[in-house]
Amino acid sequence: MEGVGKSYYGNRVLKNVNLTLEKGEILGLVGENGAGKSTLMNILFGMTVIRDTGGYEGKVYIDGKEANFSNPFDALDEGIGMVHQEFSLIPGFTVAENVVLNREPMKYNPLVEAFGERLSTIDRPEISRRGKDAVAKLNVVMDPETLISELPVGHKQFTEIAREIDKKKTRLLVLDEPTAVLTESEADILLKAMKRLAGMGISIIFISHRLHEIIEVCDKIVVLRDGEIVEETTPDKTDVMDIASHMVGRSVADAFQRDEAPREEGETILSVQHLWVDMPGELVRDVSLEIRRGEIFGIGGLAGQGKLGIANGVMGMFPAGGKVFFEGEPVPLNHPRESLRTGMAAVFEDRRGVGLLLEEPISWNIIFTALQMQDKFLKPLMGGLFRIRDEKAIAEEARSYIKSLEIRCVDENQPVQELSGGNQQKICLAKAFATHPKLLFVAEPTRGIDVGAKRVVLETLKEYNRRRGTTVVMISSELEELRSICDRIAIINEGTVAGIRPASAPSTEFGLLMLGEVDAKAEVESR
Amino acid sequence: MKNIKNFLEKAGWPRVIIALFLLALFVIAPFVEVRVDASISDTLVRFGMNGVMVLAMVPMIQSGCGLNFGLPLGIIAGLLGAVTSIEIGIPGVLGILIAMAVAVPIAVILGWAYGLLLNRVKGGEMMIATYVGFSSVAFMCIMWLVLPYKSSNMVWGYAGKGLRTTISVEGFWHQAISDIGSFQIGDFFYCPTGMFLFFGLMCLGMWLFLKTKTGTAMTTVGSNPEYARSSGVNIDNMRTISVILSTVLGAIGIIIYEQSFGFVQLYMGPFYMAFPAVSAILIGGASVHKATIMNVIIGTILFQGILTMTPSVINSMIQTDMSEVIRIIVSNGMILYALTRVMRVKKS
Repeated sequence: MEGVGKSYYGNRVLKNVNLTLEKGEILGLVGENGAGKSTLMNILFGMTVIRDTGGYEGKVYIDGKEANFSNPFDALDEGIGMVHQEFSLIPGFTVAENVVLNREPMKYNPLVEAFGERLSTIDRPEISRRGKDAVAKLNVVMDPETLISELPVGHKQFTEIAREIDKKKTRLLVLDEPTAVLTESEADILLKAMKRLAGMGISIIFISHRLHEIIEVCDKIVVLRDGEIVEETTPDKTDVMDIASHMVGRSVADAFQRDEAPREEGETILSVQHLWVDMPGELVRDVSLEIRRGEIFGIGGLAGQGKLGIANGVMGMFPAGGKVFFEGEPVPLNHPRESLRTGMAAVFEDRRGVGLLLEEPISWNIIFTALQMQDKFLKPLMGGLFRIRDEKAIAEEARSYIKSLEIRCVDENQPVQELSGGNQQKICLAKAFATHPKLLFVAEPTRGIDVGAKRVVLETLKEYNRRRGTTVVMISSELEELRSICDRIAIINEGTVAGIRPASAPSTEFGLLMLGEVDAKAEVESR
Repeated sequence: MKNIKNFLEKAGWPRVIIALFLLALFVIAPFVEVRVDASISDTLVRFGMNGVMVLAMVPMIQSGCGLNFGLPLGIIAGLLGAVTSIEIGIPGVLGILIAMAVAVPIAVILGWAYGLLLNRVKGGEMMIATYVGFSSVAFMCIMWLVLPYKSSNMVWGYAGKGLRTTISVEGFWHQAISDIGSFQIGDFFYCPTGMFLFFGLMCLGMWLFLKTKTGTAMTTVGSNPEYARSSGVNIDNMRTISVILSTVLGAIGIIIYEQSFGFVQLYMGPFYMAFPAVSAILIGGASVHKATIMNVIIGTILFQGILTMTPSVINSMIQTDMSEVIRIIVSNGMILYALTRVMRVKKS
């Protein structure tokens, strides 16, 4: 790959990336979420999303020939195989059937003469033989006749890889975080299998967040950050610490400068003890945290490790267990109403799904929680027999937030769906502020919004914290953002707290915590 | 020009076209010897008769339960109230009030159970609702025979028990509400003022309700259930309340319908009652998850207007008695049109 670049809607995600990969070589690709790994692979694989958004810059060569795939089928023909993070298997089919899917061996029968190839029958024994072969190459013990739906996740992953191996032409295999769902022993098997495949002359691009795996198996390591290659090295010249610092240690000091000294810490306002939350994709296993009054507490970690689950669990949005105390009082879980009643509020990461009423006017969106929970904005009718919405008070409140948060809109009656992402985010914040919360959870407040809106959002959070004493718990994937406004930051890894550090701690340290390279037990003992 | 464009956009093309068609029918009417004043009167009466049942669609649409195809359930409650009132035999407005007093509690109970059922089938409400309506009608076909009503006005003459299919309310409360403040112009024009007042009152009540805390929460549940939940609203409760409200309005609606129509229709009577109401509100511009009082009023006028005018005008034009055939074609055609709108909204 030479000078590959890509921008989505003017938002640059890849800049001048150069990569070479030899036959039979394993290349490790690492980088934070959003560093551009997936985009790079999508370009390589000819995903239509790339073309639909204006193509890419630079050139991709395969065996010295320039390749320009207009869709994934072209890439498949060239012998590029990809195993995605999400499974693309048919649950009701067996392992072998999935392996040979759409490349089934055929048997001749007379109907073919009349109606063509599509009516030839499937050669079942051949299917299971090929399934067995492919699985054997991986060195896994797995019955090719089992239904996919009955397999553990690890084996599903193996099936996906087996499918790529079964393709005769496969020369380059892209594995996108294949070990994320595997247990350690399964991961070991996979790593061994990868080495065997490389020995057979198949080149592999291996994307993983588990750095020790990368170091163990790869011949070459490439670190991506903000769409650029910041480091290209070999495993014997580097170590986990070095890679981690390259991944996160960007020179952003000027963008998010901290201007104040560490503040004094208040008493505990929220105490979370052994919380588990069953949130799909963000499983929280066992989290204990003490949040102090008046601080901005950051929760970071890689995607899918459970950091988002914490806010959702405490606010009662997903099934949860454990103990949560707010101002010393126990908070019943699984009931959003109870959590809100204590004086907590939340801005959830899923803006359009949970955060907004897209078809309703801005004013409704802002005041609804306050109206439902605190009976604000209601006026009595017929001598107090009923209370109906006080449209005037609602409009006033909405206008005041539109002004203070610089929400760009026609007026307070505009439907929220017509606004940009940044302005929608501000409305989510306004909704939470309108309840005058004592403690505010904000999850991914800057995801998908432009720089200007980002600044307003972060400053508003800071201002509410400083001036009104609102305790803020900010959950974000962007470490630098957390470091810029938080007092303390907890890093969540695999559903548990990997460690809590003051925001001034070096980013390498956070990087290591994120990657789970610090032994959790040693962590507890050292404290 | 801009005003016209704005108006068209706001009203929506389907409504403008249907309104123009209706207007055309009124223009043609005198030339084919159909009396315009009688036609207008008919349209008004039908509008008043059906209005409350169309209004019954609003709460469930707002709470995201979709269109209430289970309206027959509410209608059955209303019918029970009506026959009980006739059994008691008190005439006039008081008789209607008794009918409602009996019907409403039954509707609340049935609506509550219906609501619980709908909460279990989120996403498939409308299909389930249709069959709730159908099966409840079938069940009541047995009950009408078995229930111990005795009044000679209602039971089968030869057996002395079991309710007849059609029961006249003449002599009890025929037009008792319609006639409040009603007036007659000439021989053909009759305005059922009382019925309009009652419908207006119902609309006002619904409008106010939607502005209360509960009403607001209900609308929000329909708009985005997850948002409502994150704001501390109990989704299932809100949905149940909306279903109860819809069922109660269905019960009241049928009583209003009967007092104007003059007959209580039992057995298969309520079977298809939901469809005209559903069609009316869709033609009025409501979608499957958003409806306003204006949708109800406009939709009812347009639907009932077309239904009144088309058969009589076309019948006179082609000089044969095909009114029933035409009525069926037109009403089902409009239902079909309205239901295709449901599908479109669902997809987008």
